[in-house]
Amino acid sequence: MGLTSDRVLRLVNVGKTFGRHRALADVSLAFVPGRVAAVLGPNGAGKSTLLGLLSTLSQPSQGRITLGDEELSRHSPLRATIGYVGHEPGVYGDLSARQNLRLFASLYGMASAERIDEMLARVGLDGVRREAAARTFSRGMLQRLALARALLHEPEILLFDEPGAALDPAGAAWLAGELQREREAGRLVVLVTHDLAAAAAIATHVVVLRRGRVARDEARASFSADEVRRIYEEATRGST
Amino acid sequence: MAAPSWACQAARIAWKDLHIEGRSREVVTTMGFMAALVVLVFSFAFISGQEVTVGPDVVAGILWVAVLFSGTVALSRTFDRERESEAIRSLLLSPAPRSAIYAGKLAATALIMFLVELLLTPLLAALFSAAITPHALWLGLLLLLGTIGFSSVGVLFSAALLRARSRDALLGALLFPIVIPVLLAASRATATLLDPTASDLEPALFWTRFLAALDVVFVVVGLWSFEPVVMGE
Amino acid sequence: MLSMMSSSRKSGAAFLVGLLLTMQGFFVVTFLVANAPLEKTMGAVQKIFYFHVPCAWLLMLSTFACAGGSLAYLFRGSERGDRLALSSAELGVLFGLCVMVTGPLWARAAWGVFWTWDVRLTSSLLLWLMLIAYGLARRYGGEGGRRLAAALALFAAADVPLVYLSVNVWRGLHPNTKTVSSLAPGMRWPFFLSLAIFSALWGVLLVLRMRVERTQARLVELAITVEDAEGRSP
Repeated sequence: MGLTSDRVLRLVNVGKTFGRHRALADVSLAFVPGRVAAVLGPNGAGKSTLLGLLSTLSQPSQGRITLGDEELSRHSPLRATIGYVGHEPGVYGDLSARQNLRLFASLYGMASAERIDEMLARVGLDGVRREAAARTFSRGMLQRLALARALLHEPEILLFDEPGAALDPAGAAWLAGELQREREAGRLVVLVTHDLAAAAAIATHVVVLRRGRVARDEARASFSADEVRRIYEEATRGST
Repeated sequence: MAAPSWACQAARIAWKDLHIEGRSREVVTTMGFMAALVVLVFSFAFISGQEVTVGPDVVAGILWVAVLFSGTVALSRTFDRERESEAIRSLLLSPAPRSAIYAGKLAATALIMFLVELLLTPLLAALFSAAITPHALWLGLLLLLGTIGFSSVGVLFSAALLRARSRDALLGALLFPIVIPVLLAASRATATLLDPTASDLEPALFWTRFLAALDVVFVVVGLWSFEPVVMGE
Repeated sequence: MLSMMSSSRKSGAAFLVGLLLTMQGFFVVTFLVANAPLEKTMGAVQKIFYFHVPCAWLLMLSTFACAGGSLAYLFRGSERGDRLALSSAELGVLFGLCVMVTGPLWARAAWGVFWTWDVRLTSSLLLWLMLIAYGLARRYGGEGGRRLAAALALFAAADVPLVYLSVNVWRGLHPNTKTVSSLAPGMRWPFFLSLAIFSALWGVLLVLRMRVERTQARLVELAITVEDAEGRSP
């Protein structure tokens, strides 16, 4: 499966309301393959809501989201082109690393055992006791397994929700390297994070949300940590 | 990549649950213990003095009340493993049709409950000296049909209650009004089968057919409404 | 804007006419019921029938209206469907309560007991319980409570024939199946008028209740717009 897709993930005037709360309003953005987009913003700015919409697991109240010319929706088969890594690993604690991957591979219609071994080796879980339940894993190991699960089916779009939140510095550095690698492979990466320094290290596109609206939307070849900090502070001034 | 068939995906999900249950035996033991307790509680309540026999009506009633109460325990745990570490999200994001997810969960849950019932029924027969052997197979079929009817609603509600705080308290309260016809049909049919003096098995036949029809209705509604119910807003 | 106002005024006028007719109807029906011939064996007690049967009918109607609204909400995301479902479920609980009060009153006078597992009374009880469960699901069901309640309403509607059939066979004999068609001619008119007027009352209450919900939804929208405007100005 080639990764030459150049489909742009586009949001047009997207809004999302939960009961009495408007989480997103009038969001228009374009995420491009081969870039790492870092979505920043204070708590409650709508970052996770945005990621939920991109993952097709929730539906916009207004506006539309498209990948290429296809609209993302609840029934859309496009969900098979998405890989999602959240703060929770999203795997079964009772199954071993290999069993988890085997289950999800079969749901994606892939039966290749080599692919599973390859993914386990890549995230550094091949040395792990084969039958140990994922529940016994450390936080860092779980996050590695979560990444392996999300990459298993060669997704076009990779979504990360605070992936480094519970990782030690070494784990976070490893994850940043993996992200970099996926970007270079031409995937479209969207990363929601609080960690400005981590965002600066890998992002080529910075989006700052403030109270559910896009306060800043900027793409460059690279950002320095100071630049990201300045952009963030300018965009969120007066809202805490 | 060839997309795997609907049945194949449902079977994978069911197999995953059965595999986990096979190792931990958590639901079988807790549900089985609960079911045995319900039966014992009824025994203490209904049997007095030297009289140790109760009518087939009562035995059938006890059996199905035990199934209902202990089954609710099992149903409220159905999506525990999906809730833990948000595996439900990975499942819903996979290309597997959501109705296949429902079917897989339903198959696994109903099978586990059915297994417990197979252990429970002989215990009941021993305690109340009820004659289960003359129509053992028919009785088994009834248990299976009743369990499918009951859990087809229960699995759907359990999924919808995934994130509700008071899910354990709510599940039974929401489930029982809907499944009264299941209880009615299953216990009437069982009573007829357990009655050694019954010469006419026509009522049991009627109720068995009724249960089968009811199962079809409930499973269809479940398959059809699982996706909109379980997906977020 | 103008057309919106005039259309809401028109529907308001229609509603007012409906309301007045319903109120009027209750006077007429009371009079008719009072003057209807006394039933031979039961005497005046039988008059509860003019009240009890329409309530039971509305309980059933509420269940189906609730399921219809839930269907629209669940599969088309219709907020209006959701409001219809909630409002009719609440009305169903209310009219169901009337059934549950008047049923035993009749049973006491007719058979000397408060409760018989009469087919229709039992079926009504089960419907009533399902609508109460609908309310519980909505109130305490948390994040997915609305969708859970909607699914419950679908099962409830699918359950109606099953409940009726199973209770019917369970109870075996049911002596008064043809009560309505065997009504004395003098009783028929007051009965059908009563049925119509109760249904009109149900409709009026339904519209009112749905309006309350819609107004609330609009208020929330307004509050969000205001918050938004405040949020945008620094």
